[in-house]
Amino acid sequence: MRQIVSTATNTVPGRFGAYGGRYVPETLMAALEELEHAYAEAQADPVFHAELDLLLGDYAGRPTPLYLAERLTRQLGGASIYLKREDLLHTGAHKINNCLGQGLLARRMGKHRVIAETGAGQHGVATATVCALFGMECVVYMGEDDMRRQELNVYRMRLLGAEVRGVSSGSRTLKDAINEAMRDWVTNVRTTHYLLGSVLGAHPYPTMVRDFHRVIGQEIKQQILEKESRLPTAVLACVGGGSNAIGAFYDFIDEPSVRLIGVEAGGRGPALGSHAARFHGGSPGVLQGTYSYLLQDDAGQVSLTHSVSAGLDYASVGPEHAALHDSGRAEYVSASDEEAMEAAVRLARTEGIVPALESAHAVAECIRLAPKLAPDDILVVNLSGRGDKDMGIMARELHLAGAANAD
Amino acid sequence: MPIEFQRRPGLVIYLTVGDPDLATTRDVALAAIDAGAEVLELGVPFSDPIADGPVIQRASERALAHGTRLDDVLALAAELRALRPSAGLVIFSYFNPVLRFGLERFCRRAPSSGVDGVLITDLTVEEADGYLTEMHHNELLPIFLAAPTSSDIRLKMIASVSEGFVYAISRVGITGKQQNLASDARQLVDRLRRFTQLPIAVGFGISTAEHVAAVSEFADAAVIGTAIVSLIEKAEPGTAPAVIASFLEGLRQGQQTAPAR
Repeated sequence: MRQIVSTATNTVPGRFGAYGGRYVPETLMAALEELEHAYAEAQADPVFHAELDLLLGDYAGRPTPLYLAERLTRQLGGASIYLKREDLLHTGAHKINNCLGQGLLARRMGKHRVIAETGAGQHGVATATVCALFGMECVVYMGEDDMRRQELNVYRMRLLGAEVRGVSSGSRTLKDAINEAMRDWVTNVRTTHYLLGSVLGAHPYPTMVRDFHRVIGQEIKQQILEKESRLPTAVLACVGGGSNAIGAFYDFIDEPSVRLIGVEAGGRGPALGSHAARFHGGSPGVLQGTYSYLLQDDAGQVSLTHSVSAGLDYASVGPEHAALHDSGRAEYVSASDEEAMEAAVRLARTEGIVPALESAHAVAECIRLAPKLAPDDILVVNLSGRGDKDMGIMARELHLAGAANAD
Repeated sequence: MPIEFQRRPGLVIYLTVGDPDLATTRDVALAAIDAGAEVLELGVPFSDPIADGPVIQRASERALAHGTRLDDVLALAAELRALRPSAGLVIFSYFNPVLRFGLERFCRRAPSSGVDGVLITDLTVEEADGYLTEMHHNELLPIFLAAPTSSDIRLKMIASVSEGFVYAISRVGITGKQQNLASDARQLVDRLRRFTQLPIAVGFGISTAEHVAAVSEFADAAVIGTAIVSLIEKAEPGTAPAVIASFLEGLRQGQQTAPAR
């Protein structure tokens, strides 16, 4: 499979080892080049950074706390557990970091219409929020299955003035929403910015979105050094497309003592179609603009996926994660639907924090790992989002409805 | 072998292979060639066709529902090549089915299946080094898309690596019908001519004899895709070949009477 990557393409920016690249219809190339150029200019412009930093601070609520979860630590009887509280950000997840950055870029490029895809709805809400703030037209594509299971976020997006367009093709989840967003972009490319919500898609998205989330790992590093005067044993994060994970990992990649652990959605089990664990059953392939690990059949058709969490329910994964996987620098494990649900309940009842079901996958791995480690080990879990949006699913799965407490 | 257009404009017909089944695709292909199609684009169905509108999306779903694979597309090409030696045969695919099949293996198999050229919708020139090596090695014609949004620098690159013909996308957008041929199309073809002597085919949204006549004024060939796939979708069982033949006879009213070159 690697033969597609010649030495020449390896030198192209946007490659992560063999992965990444720019596999799109020709119509989009001009827009990607324009975006790459605008992003490079913005990166070099102190005014852009000042604007973004101000918004990240006063509007979004950065820096987010690094919280020592003492009761959970004590219960598990091993490593100290810190939670990076991205769930406390405005709109309830890390997604706002990237949306503010790309929103500013769209404004610089003079694009007044913004489109986005969303799975769990957190990226859609963050995009709708930024569009409201900047006075831009906003259209969010969302799979109809996801609209049903993340209904509250649909209402939030509409309240914020965004148009939510349901997608009924394919599995009616994130992948299909991205297909529709790309079709919209191909059609309206001259006036529209595609505010892609993860480290996916064609260059420059995986690099740019990672840069906008790098602040997570930068803060973790500074905060843990202040609190513990040393680096953590491991940083854990859930991996759908992988934006919160790469943001948390990035500033630790050159710190070989720090384990980087990504947690994929194990869903209902290992059969193809029952999970979204790309590193356990996937193989390299091209989907939606990038070359990365992909859940696919032997004819190269993209497989259906399943996860209880809409935000992890995706057949491919950010190309930088594919490179980190192959080099062995990061480890990728999975947590099942059930483990994630249990982890969410445990965190809620131990620490009074209800995580998003996506983030609960990282908590689940932390629960497995912490008891195996020594008390002087430190685990940092990136708590990428809060669980309000998942109340419907949790109420159903955990029998929370009705007059009596069913527990 | 080289792709040449004898009429102006030549007609290039896109079919989603396996929609609604392989036998129908074969019969429609033969009928289309006999009705004046000079080149056939044999579309490999894909689960995530990001450049296609709803008509071709539905065709892909139908073809995939009964498991149409790249193997089947190559087998169909071989059959068509045996029955109609002079037709141009182009494989039209998204990249992933070809990658999964194995790029080398595909490029080796395609010529022996009678395939002349290959167009990969989501493979741009920048990512095509390894692909071009294999294509040249196996004497396959690499055909690339040019878009109204492509810069002159990009058009030059596209023209320099394309063989057979260049496919000019008539407008910004996905595949599907339109009322008028966008003025984008003529401008794009004029810009491309500065960089290439190759024939230029115009596609996306061509569905009437008027469109064909308009294309004949500035381009060498017209690609008909969605209009054909839509007729196949609506045709009563068994009637698709006749429907397509009669549709193409209508379109040929838009061709010029004198030979092109």
